[in-house]
Amino acid sequence: MTLALKSLGDTIAASLPGDVLAAEIVRDELTVRVRRDSIVKVLTFLRDNAQFKQLMDVCGVDRPGRAPRFDVVYHLLSLTQNLRVRVKVETDEHEPVPSVTGVFSTADWFERETWDLFGIFFSDHPDLRRILTDYGFEGHPLRKDFPLTGYVEPRYDAAQKRVVYEPVKLTQEFRTFDFMSPWEGIPVRLPGDEKADKPPEAKGKP
Amino acid sequence: MAESQIKNFNLNFGPQHPSAHGVLRLVLEMDGEVVERADPHIGLLHRGTEKLIEYKTYLQAVPYFDRLDYVAPQNQEHAFALAVERLLGLEVPPRGQYIRVLYAEIGRILNHILNVCSYAMDVGAMTPMLWGFEERERLMEFCERVSGARMHMAYFRPGGVSLDMPAGLAADIYSWCDHFPQVIDDMETLLTENRIFKQRTVDIGIITAEQAFDWGFTGPNLRACGIAWDLRKSQPYDAYAKMDFDIPVGKRGDCYDRYLLRMAEMRESVKIMRQALDQMPGGPCKVDDRKVTPPPREEMKKSMEALIHHFKLYTEGYHVPAGETYTAVEAPKGEFAVYLIADGTNKPYRCKIRAPGFAHLQALEFLSKGHMLADIVANIGSIDIVFGEIDR
Repeated sequence: MTLALKSLGDTIAASLPGDVLAAEIVRDELTVRVRRDSIVKVLTFLRDNAQFKQLMDVCGVDRPGRAPRFDVVYHLLSLTQNLRVRVKVETDEHEPVPSVTGVFSTADWFERETWDLFGIFFSDHPDLRRILTDYGFEGHPLRKDFPLTGYVEPRYDAAQKRVVYEPVKLTQEFRTFDFMSPWEGIPVRLPGDEKADKPPEAKGKP
Repeated sequence: MAESQIKNFNLNFGPQHPSAHGVLRLVLEMDGEVVERADPHIGLLHRGTEKLIEYKTYLQAVPYFDRLDYVAPQNQEHAFALAVERLLGLEVPPRGQYIRVLYAEIGRILNHILNVCSYAMDVGAMTPMLWGFEERERLMEFCERVSGARMHMAYFRPGGVSLDMPAGLAADIYSWCDHFPQVIDDMETLLTENRIFKQRTVDIGIITAEQAFDWGFTGPNLRACGIAWDLRKSQPYDAYAKMDFDIPVGKRGDCYDRYLLRMAEMRESVKIMRQALDQMPGGPCKVDDRKVTPPPREEMKKSMEALIHHFKLYTEGYHVPAGETYTAVEAPKGEFAVYLIADGTNKPYRCKIRAPGFAHLQALEFLSKGHMLADIVANIGSIDIVFGEIDR
């Protein structure tokens, strides 16, 4: 299977030289990084020339530490070759990703979901509304800077006879524990440890 | 009589409608009794599972998967367990694999019984529900005997299954396997040649193979279009490679085919369950790695190290090496997949859940266009949606 994936990765990279940035195989899974503007072209190529007839999934990934902050990840499946391929593009809060609803109809809801949860904008999408969150919801909950508890909570107000939204009140402080251990070979920088970057001083110096 | 302008009529269907199978809200545009446009509004059961998983350890994330498709909980856990095992590079011992296959098939039958019976009830047949739920209850008792919980089992865990099967359970499941095909036969006498049932389902909601590919159909809904695609055969996981079973396919891709296909799949599942029980090897049911699976209770009474392992495992959990994987299983509704990104800590960085029902429900508008209002109900029933997994 790895051989077939390798030749597939090479074919994609060779056929679309200006569009594909990288193709790599990790744990028998092929990941192709492409330029953002080329996503429609790449997926059309995969559908028509490489028999990837099904788009299984579109989702976002938030990496706040990186310069273009988001990844948009497409998973395709080929029934005839029994292979999967993962296509990735990078984007940020402002740059729109071209919608692939014209290539795969199923992308419609998946892109709406990605817009809803991450705030990644898809250009030329026919109907980019929120899908999973509440009517009138504000914010994009799967971003890493969105708190787990959210900002508002609904409650039925008997006096007003309707549901009202109020800021979240926590009866107990939200607790997170840091489980990174400096003893288990995980490169972790303890706060205030400035010496970690410096090379150790030679012993026996006067 | 003067011609009058007839305006299309907007109808709100659900979210509290008994045949909406949960909390589906459909905004329908009707031309008389013909559906012009159907706009499903989903998200009324959104619980933020993916966000919550990012704040839980890998073991704590398992029960969330039960609560996605709560009709067949173990199949969801299966996808997550396989994804974590893939990142950790673990191989589950044979007994664990066979128990998982056995219970995954129990989950498939749980799902198909509920779907076929509630679907029959939607189009007017009451009795299958009453008969089918008796069998469902028996299956849930098997779940309870092995894990302690009827529905939300939390039984398939990364590294194997949480507990071995108790004595006598295998014999009871085996005798159930002998008796259940008779129940399927009985249900078929009620439905398969039933004139009313056929009038409501034959040639309703036809989908061709090309359209099914375009809309991302998987599982029984894809197979009903005549495509013999089953992840248990094509990309076998656990012990499925050693199982001998057939993939039923449909011919026309209508509601009736989808019903027939699920009935046939239940028979195949019983076949797999028998084989899993026959070939069930001995040995441990989870990997012998104390960093991933807890030590046995008796060892903890004697060994300090076992006690430390237990404590560390249930507070900190295990650290999964950085990497990403897209791992899919053939859940009863279709391809259920987990796209898991690990960053070397004890919590997933991102866990995207690919629910088959999400893609299927999206095609409802295209399936329903030009059909009568009553056929919407047949379509919803036949594409097998459960809101736990769609809204996540």
